[in-house]
Amino acid sequence: MILDSRTPSGPITDKWDRRKFENKLVNPANRRKFQMIVVGTGLAGASAAASLGELGYPVKVFGIHDSPRRAHSIAAQGGINAAKNYRNDGDSVYRLFYDTIKGGDYRAREANVYRLAQLSVNIIDQCVAQGVPFAREYGGLLDNRSFGGAQVSRTFYARGQTGQQLLLGAYQSMMRQVAAGTVTLFQRREMLDLVIVNGQARGIVCRNLLTGELESHEADAVLLCTGGYGTVFYLSTNAINSNVTAAWRAHKRGAFFANPCFTQIHPTCIPVSGDHQAKLTLMSESLRNDGRVWVPKTQGDKRPPAQIPDAERDYYLERRYPAFGNLVPRDVASRAAKAVCDEGRGAGDSGLSVYLDFADAIKRSGVENIKARYGNLFDMYTRITDENPYQVPMRIYPAVHYTMGGLWVDYNLMSTVPGLFVLGEANFSDHGANRLGASALMQGLADGYFVAPYTVANYLGGASLPPVTASHDAFGAAKAEAQGRIDKVLRVKGKRTVREFHRAIGTICWDHVGMARTEAGLSGAIAQIRQLREEFWQDVTVSGDANNLNPGLDYAGRVADYMEFAEVLALDALERRESCGGHFREEFQTPDGEALRKDDEYAYVAAWEFKGVGAQPELHKEALVFEEVHPTQRSYK
Amino acid sequence: MAMTVKLKVWRQAGPGQPGQLVDYVANNVHADMSFLEMLDVVNEDLIRKGQDPIAFDSDCREGICGSCGLVIDGIPHGPDKGATTCQVHMRRFRSGETITVEPFRAKAFPVLKDLVVDRAAFDRIIAAGGYVSMNVGGAPEANNLPIAKKVADQAMDSAQCIGCGACVAACKNAAAHLFTSAKVTHLGLLPQGGAERDRRVVRMVEQMDSEGFGSCSNEGECEAVCPKEIPISNIARMNRDYLRAIVS
Repeated sequence: MILDSRTPSGPITDKWDRRKFENKLVNPANRRKFQMIVVGTGLAGASAAASLGELGYPVKVFGIHDSPRRAHSIAAQGGINAAKNYRNDGDSVYRLFYDTIKGGDYRAREANVYRLAQLSVNIIDQCVAQGVPFAREYGGLLDNRSFGGAQVSRTFYARGQTGQQLLLGAYQSMMRQVAAGTVTLFQRREMLDLVIVNGQARGIVCRNLLTGELESHEADAVLLCTGGYGTVFYLSTNAINSNVTAAWRAHKRGAFFANPCFTQIHPTCIPVSGDHQAKLTLMSESLRNDGRVWVPKTQGDKRPPAQIPDAERDYYLERRYPAFGNLVPRDVASRAAKAVCDEGRGAGDSGLSVYLDFADAIKRSGVENIKARYGNLFDMYTRITDENPYQVPMRIYPAVHYTMGGLWVDYNLMSTVPGLFVLGEANFSDHGANRLGASALMQGLADGYFVAPYTVANYLGGASLPPVTASHDAFGAAKAEAQGRIDKVLRVKGKRTVREFHRAIGTICWDHVGMARTEAGLSGAIAQIRQLREEFWQDVTVSGDANNLNPGLDYAGRVADYMEFAEVLALDALERRESCGGHFREEFQTPDGEALRKDDEYAYVAAWEFKGVGAQPELHKEALVFEEVHPTQRSYK
Repeated sequence: MAMTVKLKVWRQAGPGQPGQLVDYVANNVHADMSFLEMLDVVNEDLIRKGQDPIAFDSDCREGICGSCGLVIDGIPHGPDKGATTCQVHMRRFRSGETITVEPFRAKAFPVLKDLVVDRAAFDRIIAAGGYVSMNVGGAPEANNLPIAKKVADQAMDSAQCIGCGACVAACKNAAAHLFTSAKVTHLGLLPQGGAERDRRVVRMVEQMDSEGFGSCSNEGECEAVCPKEIPISNIARMNRDYLRAIVS
């Protein structure tokens, strides 16, 4: 199969305009005849549902939480990028495009990224009009701050709760459509299968998490907005309930999975404190605007940080990357932290942390200013660690945060299954091998507010969609399969809990598909994953039954999917024999330890086609063509 | 150093069914554990024994999603001021201590199972008017609308509400005034929300009343437990807006 990205022709600046003009439209009176399904209520899902509802499409929205406002976009702290150039510091749509392509280590599709940069300015306008209380200057205009991987200040923010405010804006717009009757909410529902009729996505099977009942819902198009797969690593900054299930089940029905090995390890997280830990907490990247990262110069120096004089500290980011200093991109900062800890210079009892020090910033700006900028983050840190970062440097360490890989989509955000669109973190399209800070919020909202409404209409206007109801055999078959999986996991009645298996798969992935990867480690990981999957189906134990609220059973289904997904994650990392962005293969590095890309062989998107559990998936390649930005080795020096 | 705590946990099989406090002992508790991680450990033991684990909602575990909400020793979200349940750590408790854990109770928040309650009434209050009525595509250039920093900051203070429902659980009348007034204040303070200010407050207050929440008697328990420390002065503002809207 040839992967056609359906990228419009012409100059990059005109591609999106051209596509919008070429697109078929659906006239307002006909929109009510097309049923939409949106799965997931984060930034991508809520904004898509609101926009489609406003246009007059009937939309059914599905979410696993009690309320759509709980989706994990709510937790994004730092900000959202936009090429407004309000600071007069040389920003432009083209520069945001360039920074994002470079930040992604030349593994993203140019046309998508350019469109994202173009739409970024509309997002800010939209959100301000909704009443999102972005930070402002005394003159009343919008404030900006800097983020990693950029030398301009283009990040808009609402204290340390930007994701919350943007999500509430989208959620409120969606609730307005609920009141208007165009959007219907189905909360505490988990999508368990995608239903395909005549090769088109025509609905979903989901489980009512309160009653256990399996439900069928038909549609003319399905939009998956279900986020990333970071929790395959067990410990991550993702929410406890984040999972790959909806995307994975769509993959098993024919949607290709692209670049799963492109995962982001965020450099500034609170270090692990013990085995009991269920998740890790991110400290926003914005802290690197004022905090200085350092470790002792000497191995094994266990003195308290205050007793280590400046001359005996190694501000290693400032030393290695003088141009960007503490604001290098996330992948670079994470690897540098790992390197100093591997040398035995890490801080804390475990030696697995580095200092993030605000002493100089406090001296320069005063405690009050630092408090105003980061107060809520400092409080959060104190609550978790029982230490006061105004007096003692924070200790941080990298943790899994975001997944750039996801279901493959074309320029229209449609997967390899006609009628199945994938938005936000769930798709692979815009961030290449590494996402820059403050770009996830931008992408989720661009996809939902400004891309999908046009491209879904084009699909509906051009496709032949014979009537299908939930009584169609395909729904019955999908339901039976889903029921079979639930019955099977309840029948095992083994001795190990779901959490033990989740922790085990997470450990394999972190050790071998984490910050540093090798041929031998990845080959071994694949064997271990297969073995663990066998054990899961022989020895897992789940309490209760399938007929009422049973979070343990929901969890078992998600971990069962990770037992399958982890294999393609490791396989993709094994087959990409180069280093790029967050994918660091130890065999491929420059003499000074930077990622060594191999553009001749690997300038492609790896899109995997499912061939059965345990069977080798088939690799399809979409060549990445760089017409605008010439790939070079990234330098932040 | 491991601690042991005794728990009295509300167990209830389903909506409308009788419930009771059940005793558990949590061994090997560490001071660095969060309260919910301690419950995770208790649940792991229950699962290994083939028993039904304690059901509770939680998701982000960093105090922003609003999913979690337990009444710990009679206080919604427990002993820490300005914190959610997931942000409470076991270093707040002594070894040997007995801790009572109950759901957020209110007529408008029916218990679904154990510690899980239905808070969909909050979504319906937002649907009644908690937004600015504007469609995608119609927004003017963002900086055409200067907003004084002080006003934007005040709006943000209220916009931080996470919709957890602790205010309702703490109130002896189970009133939702702090929640509703947070949205009324956030949007009412900003020029973008000005055009619908009257309509919004009337519709949201009427929805709130129809959901079975109680009336406000100004005791201030809501403000005291709010994890985002949203001020009770919002309620006075909402009442003023409401009166102005219905008499004008």
